Amino acid sequence: MSDAIRRSDLLEGWRRRAGANEAERRAHEEEERRLAELRKKIARDGPKLKGAKLEARLMRSWERPRGIVGWLATVDHKEIGRRYIVTALVFLALGGLLAVLMRLQLSRPDNNLIGAARFNELFTMHGTTMMFLFAVPVMEGVAVYIIPLMLGTRSTAFPRLNAFSYFMYLFGGLLLWGAFALNIAPDVGWFAYTPLSGPQFSPGKRSDIWAQMVTFTEVSALSAAVVLVTTILKCRAPGMTLARMPLFAWAMLVVGVMIIFSMPSVALASSMLISDRLVGTHFFNQWEHGDALLWQHLFWFFGHPEVYIIFLPATGFVSVICETFCRRPVFGYPVVVLALVSTGILAFGLWVHHMFATGLPRVGYSFYTAASMTVAIPTGLQIFCWLATMWDGRPRFQVPMLYVVGFIVTFVIGGLTGVIIASVPLDLQLHDTYFIVAHFHYVLIGGAVFPLLGILTYWFPKITGRMMSEGLGKITFWMIFLGFQLAFFPMHIAGLSGMPRRVYTYPAGLGLELPNLLSSIGGLVVATAVLLFVINGVVSLYRGAVAPDNPWDAASLEWAARSPPPPYNFAHIPVVASRTPLWDEKGELPVVTGLRVDDKEMLTTTVVAATPEMREPLPAASLWPLIAALATAVLFISSIFSPWAVAVGAVPVAIALIAWFWPKEIKREPEPVIT
Amino acid sequence: MTSRRAAAASLPLLLCACQYQTYQSALGDAGVEDRQFLILFWIFFAICAAMYALVIAFLVAAIVRRRRAGNANVVESGRHHESHPLMRTGLVCWTVLVSTGLAALAIASFIADRSMAKAAAREQLSITVTANQWWWDVRYNSSDPSKTLRTANELHLPVGVPVRIQLRSNDVIHSFWVPSLAGKQDLIPGRDTDVTIVPKRTGIFRGQCAEFCGVQHAHMALVVNVVSYGDFVRWWEHQLQPAATPRMPLAQAGYNYVTQRECAMCHTIAGTPASGRVGPDLTHLASRRSLAAGTTPMGKGNLYGWVADPQSMKPGSKMPTVGLEPDELHAVVAYLETLK
Repeated sequence: MSDAIRRSDLLEGWRRRAGANEAERRAHEEEERRLAELRKKIARDGPKLKGAKLEARLMRSWERPRGIVGWLATVDHKEIGRRYIVTALVFLALGGLLAVLMRLQLSRPDNNLIGAARFNELFTMHGTTMMFLFAVPVMEGVAVYIIPLMLGTRSTAFPRLNAFSYFMYLFGGLLLWGAFALNIAPDVGWFAYTPLSGPQFSPGKRSDIWAQMVTFTEVSALSAAVVLVTTILKCRAPGMTLARMPLFAWAMLVVGVMIIFSMPSVALASSMLISDRLVGTHFFNQWEHGDALLWQHLFWFFGHPEVYIIFLPATGFVSVICETFCRRPVFGYPVVVLALVSTGILAFGLWVHHMFATGLPRVGYSFYTAASMTVAIPTGLQIFCWLATMWDGRPRFQVPMLYVVGFIVTFVIGGLTGVIIASVPLDLQLHDTYFIVAHFHYVLIGGAVFPLLGILTYWFPKITGRMMSEGLGKITFWMIFLGFQLAFFPMHIAGLSGMPRRVYTYPAGLGLELPNLLSSIGGLVVATAVLLFVINGVVSLYRGAVAPDNPWDAASLEWAARSPPPPYNFAHIPVVASRTPLWDEKGELPVVTGLRVDDKEMLTTTVVAATPEMREPLPAASLWPLIAALATAVLFISSIFSPWAVAVGAVPVAIALIAWFWPKEIKREPEPVIT
Repeated sequence: MTSRRAAAASLPLLLCACQYQTYQSALGDAGVEDRQFLILFWIFFAICAAMYALVIAFLVAAIVRRRRAGNANVVESGRHHESHPLMRTGLVCWTVLVSTGLAALAIASFIADRSMAKAAAREQLSITVTANQWWWDVRYNSSDPSKTLRTANELHLPVGVPVRIQLRSNDVIHSFWVPSLAGKQDLIPGRDTDVTIVPKRTGIFRGQCAEFCGVQHAHMALVVNVVSYGDFVRWWEHQLQPAATPRMPLAQAGYNYVTQRECAMCHTIAGTPASGRVGPDLTHLASRRSLAAGTTPMGKGNLYGWVADPQSMKPGSKMPTVGLEPDELHAVVAYLETLK
């Protein structure tokens, strides 16, 4: 039953109560007849409307307006997802470029290629870009693209919010990199510890730009999280119970909830920092009874879950690739799901392990040591499940699977060094040294970027309709894998040999020359490999072999759509009866019919059992998300300069939001009746 | 193959790191705390290496096994929803193994932590280190006020004596870290923290700020000279002496400049009118091993460079470039060299 039906029932009751007179009754009957006539004309998919005719009709309803306006106004999750991915990859390239510059500076002792101030900007920009503008958005982007396809539906929930989320992310990124181009980039680290980032020690606007960029990404990530969680819970194909949901959807569900719980913490922290800097509050000013450590608590309460917000989608990628290339579902599905959920919960109890050197009570530290080690259990279980899948299946080592093997070999090292630094006495030596730099690059590159490159290769044919080159892909994989080990393994040694993080240079004679030189060479190899990946992508986009709908013979629903999928994704909504529908259904997938095709409409289903619940009308393309994002950007950026901007800038934001949410006229519309 | 390669590559690196000098290294093993770190570290390392070997063995087994086609539970066989009965047992064993291993490590970590906390209880020497952007102010505390000693960027410690170092910060968060001796501890404005160090052997060790603290974070080092108890007492007595009045005319000119012009606004030289508290104490500057918080070794040439233009040697340093005339520069350096 749809919303519109319920509304018309209400209207009916109201009429009766009002004791409508005869003339009104006649008018009403006339209206009923008109609606009955119109109802006959409504187009909905079904046995009478299928095939090319249906697709042409759907295309007319779902196609966005042409031209630049349509391009800006689109609410198609695939276009938004693509933009997300491409933008995030551009930021990856920019952040990587900064890393190469830093490695050049550190390639030999007492180097003065890059000065202290510039170097501090470089590592601040590198960390901020990679964490806020690459890692989280790229995961969201992939999810926004693939989740509706994977769940067998036509769109994400809240498509306009989805568009808004992308624009906010883009504007936040432009703010940060625009500031870098104008030589006012932040220089206090991606963690911006107070009081160094406070008004006294960071005059100028650099820290404000960092804090406001964070605000942009908070808004964007929260919007995307709401979109994803709702889509995953309410828009699955009929029959796709929670227990049949692909593991990647599980991962994104957990990640979405984690974003919703962790982002407010950093939103609070960054707002307090801006308030300290702009209007002279003293939240972090210890000389006025504020507390410098409060920042660290708030920041890491977000910052640690952030790591899992990046890592868990990657475990979803690994599960997807493992399933397809091992030719069997992932072993221990419930174990993997429980591992994802428990990692998501435990992630919120670890933040103090970033603060072992701050002198908090030591007995309290022991709990965080125990909690940090506990996280290794669910992760260890997932590793076992993937290996068991490989053992029990028959793995085909095409490029995506190579990245999975590279992931296991690399990530497990990062996980084990994570166990090492969870121990307080060990962390007190290793904290803030290159050992940590090695650790989290093993976790984030090995654990998240390798699976990401694998999954981009894997979903490239779905997204673009063409295959990436397998040969070039293999060369890229080996270069990136070996280059990575060369770049980051020696950092363990450098850290143990006493090299602290975030130093722009180091003296000769400490034994740091060799590990740093090796790291720099490795960094160049990785950079070259990433360039090869991009070249492979661009060339394949135009010259690659044309991809069939299901080139890898995979089991999940996105492969039932065309490559690339049409704007409406599926002509009919598929019905699911197992975890691996495309493997278990011989021939055509069963479908449900009865959705309107003369308008944008999707099916929502119940949260657990995914039984059809109602037909949900979807909004058309609209410029209001873009205008709202622009107005919000003006508010955020101008509030760097004056607190009054918050009040004045709120007006255009309010106007844009009012226009966006302006209630539609309640009109009695004809409704098809599903029989 | 790749793991073996990684191991093969790592071994010489590890060895080279171990054999390398212990000047600034967590592998230095020169303090009781660092020794405890090393014992615990190698326990963790061994267990983690064993776990890693297990994972890699499973991975290799899985890859090798695929050659024996036919018995796999794959989609082609139609048995893809089944799994080998061994896997379920394997999962249980794996869970038990991982949990036990982690519990053992957590307990080992806890015991080490407790024993280090016990060591902290029996201090015999108290030092206060105050961090500034980007140098270390050092005060040796004594119940006798006339014995209280102030110096900068250099610690002298008696071997075998537990030293409690109280840590303060005047500006932002720094971290006190002498890896060869002990783990690090943050210096946080508005909070009192401390670290206990028991040096095990004599020698010179380098420490460095380990928390990003602004533009010259990289050049905020300190030298720790661990000496015998007798040498330590002699050093303390010597450091308590005020600066000698220079006799050479050039040094005297320098003395006049330093005590009457810009330098005295920020620096203290005991026994002279120079009593600024913004910069490091210079009373025995020339006896130290390094200049500008470990930026460069102490020496005549570096003194010239530093006094003439601190901003090019340590850009962003709080010491301004004063713009001395050549004769003033010669005089100031000649005077500073007498501050032994």
